Amino acid sequence: MQRGICILSTNIAVDARNVGKIYGNGAGAVTALGDVSIAIEKGEFFTLLGPSGCGKTTLLRCIAGFETPTTGTIHLSGRDITYDPPYQRPVNTVFQSYALFPHLSVAQNVGFGLKMQGTPASDVAKAVERVLALVKLEAFADRLPQQLSGGQQQRVALARALAPEPEVLLLDEPLSALDLKLRKEMQSELKRLQTETGITFIFVTHDQEEALTMSNRIGVMSAGALLQVGTPHDIYESPVNRFVADFIGETNFLEGEVEGGQVRIGTGDLLAVDLNGETGGVTLAIRPEQVSVKAADAQLSGKITEATYLGTDTHYTIGLGDGSHLVARVQSNSVAAFGVGDTVGIAIDAKAVQVLKS
Amino acid sequence: MSRQTPGRSKGLNGWLLSTPALILLLLAASGPLLIVAVYSVLEKGDYSGVRWILSGEGWFRVLFEKDIFDHTISLADANLSIFWRSFKLSIATTVITFAFGLPTAWFIATRPAKSRAFWLFLITIPFWTNLLIRTFAIMEVIRNQGILNTFLMHFGLISEPIQILYTDTAVLMGMTYVYLPLMVLPLYAAIDRFDFRLIEAGYDLYASRWQVLRGVILPIIKPGIIAGCILVFIPSLGAYVTPRVLGGGKNMMIGNFIELQFGQGQNWPLGAALSTVLLLVVLVSLLVYTRASSRDNPNG
Repeated sequence: MQRGICILSTNIAVDARNVGKIYGNGAGAVTALGDVSIAIEKGEFFTLLGPSGCGKTTLLRCIAGFETPTTGTIHLSGRDITYDPPYQRPVNTVFQSYALFPHLSVAQNVGFGLKMQGTPASDVAKAVERVLALVKLEAFADRLPQQLSGGQQQRVALARALAPEPEVLLLDEPLSALDLKLRKEMQSELKRLQTETGITFIFVTHDQEEALTMSNRIGVMSAGALLQVGTPHDIYESPVNRFVADFIGETNFLEGEVEGGQVRIGTGDLLAVDLNGETGGVTLAIRPEQVSVKAADAQLSGKITEATYLGTDTHYTIGLGDGSHLVARVQSNSVAAFGVGDTVGIAIDAKAVQVLKS
Repeated sequence: MSRQTPGRSKGLNGWLLSTPALILLLLAASGPLLIVAVYSVLEKGDYSGVRWILSGEGWFRVLFEKDIFDHTISLADANLSIFWRSFKLSIATTVITFAFGLPTAWFIATRPAKSRAFWLFLITIPFWTNLLIRTFAIMEVIRNQGILNTFLMHFGLISEPIQILYTDTAVLMGMTYVYLPLMVLPLYAAIDRFDFRLIEAGYDLYASRWQVLRGVILPIIKPGIIAGCILVFIPSLGAYVTPRVLGGGKNMMIGNFIELQFGQGQNWPLGAALSTVLLLVVLVSLLVYTRASSRDNPNG
């Protein structure tokens, strides 16, 4: 058994098994983390995605060593680190607040971890130079953190965490304080750094777009539980439940009933979709870009209640007969523009419809 | 610093408004200091006071004494031992108040915001009572038939009362008690501003508890540490009541020695010279403080 785990874990950087975290006890106890098991591979860019309070940061802090799980174990490269203090874990964190040492220069901040590990000063200097070059901050080595802009501080925090060459880099919503343009830049910067260094990144965010563009795999969390783990493609195209579908991108939900291999929705229309073995009451998750709007009659018909022009795309909110709505995203130049009040035909790409248990 | 900002120019009005403050400062602060400085270079009067003749005798007597018969000059050992005791006790007071003050301030600063005011209130309670009364209260605790000795003898821990009163230890205890709040308050202010997330960052970057304390916490709260040390060291050096009451007559500190010159000693120039020395020491320590805190905090 022990041997089996060792062989199994050669490719696994972080292996969390049945990790739970409960704050307080008795009636006032709060479960921050249910029973989460997750295996993160070496060299992977893994994102923990979920709304605030879902437990993603708690899980990250358990891996970093700032919190001790109430139940379960955490292994790092096959070694049990559940109860190791943070300073004995080859894991570094990029904090949401950056937490740069205000009394130390940029170079001293970046060299802090290596210095604490007892690396000789000349080696520290070399490593600092190399890492600062990696984040393009060579010119700022002697500045103090408060003399830098937010984006620069962010990169110092990144350099500081990368300098000791940790096995795993933990990033706790590091981009949330940056403005949109800078955030986009840092996203590709992070991706580049991860590829160049080959270090396993565990990235925590509540921004689904960030998660989709950067990650190799995503773990979607809600209320202390891990709902789905998969590639961005899997998570987007085949969400396991309504929460995941709703959280990742915009989604239309139509309630229906399975009836002879098809689904009868509220309007009374039958939709031929891939049932995936579901029976009884189901929810159809339909992405807005999979809904096409036609002037002529189609599978369904409805009346446009809202039309929003977004440049390349136009969003139509279409009221169906039973009071439910569908949002369609249509390329602005692909069809004649419709206006509010127009009655239109709706076609849904049946293959793209995800059938979820109601 | 003196850059004029629009709408806030220092015109005639500004000067007029600050006149009362300036006069008060001139008369109440600078005036006495000037008198002390002038008296230190005058000849001593027959019984007390000064004669208006320029003389270096006062300054000379700070460190030296002249034999009254053969006029040989030697170092004034008695004075030197008083200086030494003053420095020793002041530094010891500063170190001990820091050792007690840091954990206390840390404790208060890490309480929930609601209860912090309560703990700070407890720290300030001693200020409500006159220093003299508090000092006599300490005397009551440590004297031979006092609470401490009675307690220790009652439980058979000692057979004879320990002589604490009228020793340097008694003075040290008294000063530590009196000046502890002056150490705790600036330390609290510094720790209160401290970003505790930096401790996690330190741990994350392989620093042990001791390394986090030395490499992260202490350097960042250093301005508070220096402020506390100065607030304790300076009044300790000039302490008068505590060494007078708890040290008895023989364990004098500079403050008592100065008082002696203006009273029984009837040597006002020496007293004035000693006061000026004390003032200069204080100025130098303040200078060190400003230097130390400005070097670490280029942005304030």
